[in-house]
Amino acid sequence: MQKILYFGRLSDVTGKSEELLDIPVTVETAGALREWLDTRFDASGALLDPTVRIAIDSEITFDSAPVHDATEIAFMPPVGGG
Amino acid sequence: MLRISTDPIDTSHELRQFEKLADRAGGIVTFSGQVRPHASKGAVTTLFLQAYSPLTESGIESAIAEARTKWALDQVLVLHRTGEMSPGDTIVFVATASKHRRAAFEAADFLMDYLKTAAVFWKKEKTETGAYWIEPRDEDYKDAARWAEKEPV
Repeated sequence: MQKILYFGRLSDVTGKSEELLDIPVTVETAGALREWLDTRFDASGALLDPTVRIAIDSEITFDSAPVHDATEIAFMPPVGGG
Repeated sequence: MLRISTDPIDTSHELRQFEKLADRAGGIVTFSGQVRPHASKGAVTTLFLQAYSPLTESGIESAIAEARTKWALDQVLVLHRTGEMSPGDTIVFVATASKHRRAAFEAADFLMDYLKTAAVFWKKEKTETGAYWIEPRDEDYKDAARWAEKEPV
């Protein structure tokens, strides 16, 4: 079970700011997780946008990063500043 | 020093505390940013600000550390509010203390440019016409780019 966070406008797309999920074993990387979640939420590519960065356990990472050892995975659209 | 909180910022109180902390510095500069009553899409009813700990904190701490390498600063304070705010509320308070006023002014300006463009916050403005997520304006990026080649004072 992993905690997934959706920040900024993505929370409007997914209808939630966080959730606990069992990521399927076939979804091995951050990039694959993007695609799986985008389909799951019918998000029309909102999660695939390259400006949306992924942080695994508070470290910004690449789409090739493995996800199954992660505790917390965050989807971060461009920051709005303070 | 950095503090991110949903609590309101009392700027007078914070300035007094900072003056005690920096009583030998010589010069103090402060900046307070408030929620604007008007946005491009109409009158603002509320502003919602979201942070992601500890990424938000570590980013701002890095900006403070960079400011300390660029300018001789005795003390630095950054306070930032998150959660829901109303027009006129203080969102951000930055204070810098230095022997030289220019260093204090420039460091505060530099930190505000970081906070406006690169700090890990997401911002949603609710106006009379709807709610909108806000991204930095082009002029905010231009302001932040001014510091790229800045030599230490």
